[in-house]
Amino acid sequence: MKQFIMEHTYEVKAGDYVVAGEASSSIKGLLKKLGISGDIVRRMAIAAYEAEMNLVIHSEGGHLILKISPAELLLISQDEGPGIPDIDLAMEEGYSTAPDEAREMGFGAGMGLANIKRCADEFNIKSSVGIGTKVEVKIYI
Amino acid sequence: MQIRDVARLLNADILSGGTCLDREVKFACGCDLMSDALAFIEDGTLLLTGLTNLQVIRTAEMIDVFVIVFVRGKVPANEVIDMAKERNIILMSTDYTLFEACGILYQAGLKGKS
Repeated sequence: MKQFIMEHTYEVKAGDYVVAGEASSSIKGLLKKLGISGDIVRRMAIAAYEAEMNLVIHSEGGHLILKISPAELLLISQDEGPGIPDIDLAMEEGYSTAPDEAREMGFGAGMGLANIKRCADEFNIKSSVGIGTKVEVKIYI
Repeated sequence: MQIRDVARLLNADILSGGTCLDREVKFACGCDLMSDALAFIEDGTLLLTGLTNLQVIRTAEMIDVFVIVFVRGKVPANEVIDMAKERNIILMSTDYTLFEACGILYQAGLKGKS
């Protein structure tokens, strides 16, 4: 069992494109302040930002939770629905259900989950339709 | 390539960060898809884009991009420029299209990275 020495929770509202990215910005700032190496900070910042945009674009609201231990960073994205019917399809680069509003922002091209996985040392996604989706990203320090 | 040379070659207006024009970029990327930028851009790369919303600045912040060129004469809203200023991100606007702006910089020796 890993001992996490720090834990932060950030609320992410559905459909709020103006503040979208603020949680990830805070996460990046915190990791930099802790003196974690640039490459790791960058990978976690990208994963957090894609996860945050997913919450804004696709979910009914949710949270980003960052847990820090001396050995690893763990980011959990947890939402309150609607859930993903076919995770394999959602993981495919290019597959997207995003609305035009997201595309106008430069997102919604079906790359988010794949980008998150690319940044992670360990990646896990679970989803239940009608309940919600949980994404876990682990990056070793 | 120094940022001041980028601005000169593209005949660009500086919108923020005008005191940092001696900084250098090694690579450039022309892109309107922020997920592509997040996936493929290395830090210290120049981003050229036609998008002018807040998420462009957020994206740049995440991947340590410190200079953005808006093409086709686009100028973002003041709140976007203010956000860039807070993050020490240089913004400029050129009348060239994305294709032309990329071509001019490439011809002058700035490369992409794939």
